[in-house]
Amino acid sequence: MGTNATTQAANAHLTTPARLTGAEIVWATLVGEGVTTVFGYPGGAILPVYDALRKFPIHHVLVRHEQGAAHMADGYARASGKVGVAIATSGPGATNLVTGIATAMLDSIPIVCITGNVSSKVLGTDAFQEVDITGITLPVTKHNFLISRTEDVAPALRHAFQIARSGRPGPVLVDITKDAQQATALFDFAAAKPRPYRPHPMLHVEDSGLAQAAELIRNAKRPVILAGHGIIESSAMEQVRTLAERAQIPVALTLLGLGAFPASHPLNLGMMGMHGEAWVNHAIQEADLLIACGMRFDDRVTGSLATYATKAKKIHIEVDPAEINKNIKVDVALVGDLREVLEQLLPRIPGRDGSAWLKTIDGIKGAAAVRDIKNLPDSGHLYAAHVMHDLWRITGGNAIVVTDVGQHQMWEAQYYHHEHPRTLITSGGLGTMGFALPAAIGAKFACPDKEVWVIAGDGGFQMTSAELATIVQEKIKINIAVINNGYLGMVRQWQEFFYERNYEATPMVSPDFVKLAGAHGIQGLTVRTRAEVAEAVNEARSAPGAFLINFKVEKEDSVYPMVSAGSALHEMIRRPGNDPLVESPDDK
Amino acid sequence: MLHTFVAYVEDLPGVLTRVASLFRRLNININSLTVGRSERPGLSRLTLVCEASAEAGDRIRASLFKLENVVDVDDIAKDPAVTRELALIKIAATPRNRAQIFDLVEVFRARIVDLTSESLMIEMTGVESKIEGLIEVLREDEGRILEICRSGKMTMRRGHHISSVLNAMGAGPDMPAEPPLEALEEGAAGEPE
Ligand SMILES: Cc1ncc(C[n+]2csc(CCOP(=O)(O)OP(=O)(O)O)c2C)c(N)n1
Ligand SMILES: [Mg+2]
Repeated sequence: MGTNATTQAANAHLTTPARLTGAEIVWATLVGEGVTTVFGYPGGAILPVYDALRKFPIHHVLVRHEQGAAHMADGYARASGKVGVAIATSGPGATNLVTGIATAMLDSIPIVCITGNVSSKVLGTDAFQEVDITGITLPVTKHNFLISRTEDVAPALRHAFQIARSGRPGPVLVDITKDAQQATALFDFAAAKPRPYRPHPMLHVEDSGLAQAAELIRNAKRPVILAGHGIIESSAMEQVRTLAERAQIPVALTLLGLGAFPASHPLNLGMMGMHGEAWVNHAIQEADLLIACGMRFDDRVTGSLATYATKAKKIHIEVDPAEINKNIKVDVALVGDLREVLEQLLPRIPGRDGSAWLKTIDGIKGAAAVRDIKNLPDSGHLYAAHVMHDLWRITGGNAIVVTDVGQHQMWEAQYYHHEHPRTLITSGGLGTMGFALPAAIGAKFACPDKEVWVIAGDGGFQMTSAELATIVQEKIKINIAVINNGYLGMVRQWQEFFYERNYEATPMVSPDFVKLAGAHGIQGLTVRTRAEVAEAVNEARSAPGAFLINFKVEKEDSVYPMVSAGSALHEMIRRPGNDPLVESPDDK
Repeated sequence: MLHTFVAYVEDLPGVLTRVASLFRRLNININSLTVGRSERPGLSRLTLVCEASAEAGDRIRASLFKLENVVDVDDIAKDPAVTRELALIKIAATPRNRAQIFDLVEVFRARIVDLTSESLMIEMTGVESKIEGLIEVLREDEGRILEICRSGKMTMRRGHHISSVLNAMGAGPDMPAEPPLEALEEGAAGEPE
């Protein structure tokens, strides 16, 4: 990382064109794009870039696996709203990024990945560590570049940033041959500016569409807002809230939408879909109008398409024209940036009395709301739901929580209530196990003053646990909750429900996670009962460094309710047991 | 139904892969694809014909537009347009049986573009059905056709029609100053094929 003197030199590059090597141009351009932290791993084909780093004021985080670099860039982007940057060498370094790139693609996260490649003279010859990474990543990037001339480095990188963050965001990969890194060219940051951003030509919000939407909203008896990740990407939280409050419309959220509408808001129904609460899914199935905001009717939220919300008219407000009528045919499509569309729509929305419908939903909710596992009296067993609930209470709901994939991810979504956007970071679209730990590192770099918690399963944690060493090397404070059920729990649950409890390849032996943390120089504790939860969480929070808690939870617990894949959204496997339990006062 | 997409794409390495990959991912077979220079420097024009459901058209067009190197996409569908295909057909023919083929070529308004003692080459431009008509007749004599090379379809809308996208980019090299946008949006339909 550069000193102040080099900061000045680097900034001078941005104003006065200078002759630089391609490697220097990479960093100078990143500085110009406002990048302060990158996540990477060196190797032969990217060495010139690494060699030039010392001259620039950018902090490089050395990861333990390139997948981690991509997830860190992703976590950085999700937590900050800025573009995350990952760097890797050619061949295996580049291929190791792929899962992370696909994860960002499926969740529309802006990251730029920079890879080195062999010299342009030997491209396509199977040279040592040569791989066609632009070919490999073509379907999982928004765009990618193969750069073999030094003068193209700056324009390609600047264009990459523009693509990554514009419209529907996504990952971009820039592959730079070694000779292009080594040769020199005139670096002119201003001149390397990409052509003006071209909005998708099929974006259109017509007056008639707005009028139609307003009319549908005015006349609806049972409307529901479906709130997705797009709200966060377009910063439309206020607009969605205004719409909901003014027209008294309840709001159901997708997994990636959590935080886009305050959990404590009286109009917030909670998460919809496969593991959404029954009243949320019933409300959608009973609705006469769905207002989909920045969501894409993914199969995990619709269940069977043929039986999905058949009584409802649908308004779809979405930035990506390719999402319109993809899964669900809609009645009104307003294709544009969500915030801009809502700003045009809101003046046409008068106040509305929604109390009858809200009362109906409360009726559907009934006892289900309190029959919840979190309210079970302490039976000496430790349920993951308890852990989530207690974590939420103790952190005041203010932490950035980064979850992995599996049962614990769903329990977190159900029991940790997110008030603010960018406080839940999770892999929704690709469902990538191993995401949490590295993504949390990225999030911590984006928000160094925030409390960051990893919540990972015993399976997924082991996929990227090598990044514990990165935490230590970087001296960052992250708290880690391993929800240790001894199984690949979500798969075990499917085996229990749909494969006659044939637990093939799901029981999992794990290392002693506390010792594993200890081997890295990270403190830890094992928790076996609910009574120990609060103390352990508090100890983790007050520890100066990173801290790991190994929560030994109930082994064969399942996530309820559940809509099995392909079933109608209202056909749910409900929580077992019928005794309504009383909510304890401090759970409110 | 048969979809005909006409697209302007940047003339750069890898652009066709991106276009083709989109159809591959949807498991849609590309019936024909022609690409060449357009009236605009740096932009190639392609005509892509494929079979897909009627509803798929909008989504494919929207997805094509999402490709960074794709500048404009038109889904011609059933709108008035001129479609042509070029075929080169090599025939086994000796001086003794040539005359019959010359007659055929005449009838189909094709041309002979190469002639040797054992073979001749026919060039034919036209709509698909006409080219297939000629091929069918030539097939009546077994073993006569040696090679067929077809360009795939090239399609252009009838009338003065420019997309709003290209219009916004400014004129191509050989184009007159822009008339107002509204006038361009509606293509004047010529007589049908
Ligand atoms: C990389 C990857 N491989 C496989 C899967 C399939 N999968 C989804 S959930 C799951 C089990 C996760 O187990 P664990 O991490 O222990 O979490 P739990 O469900 O027990 O909370 C698996 C294997 C996946 N999502 N990602
Ligand atoms: Mg597990």
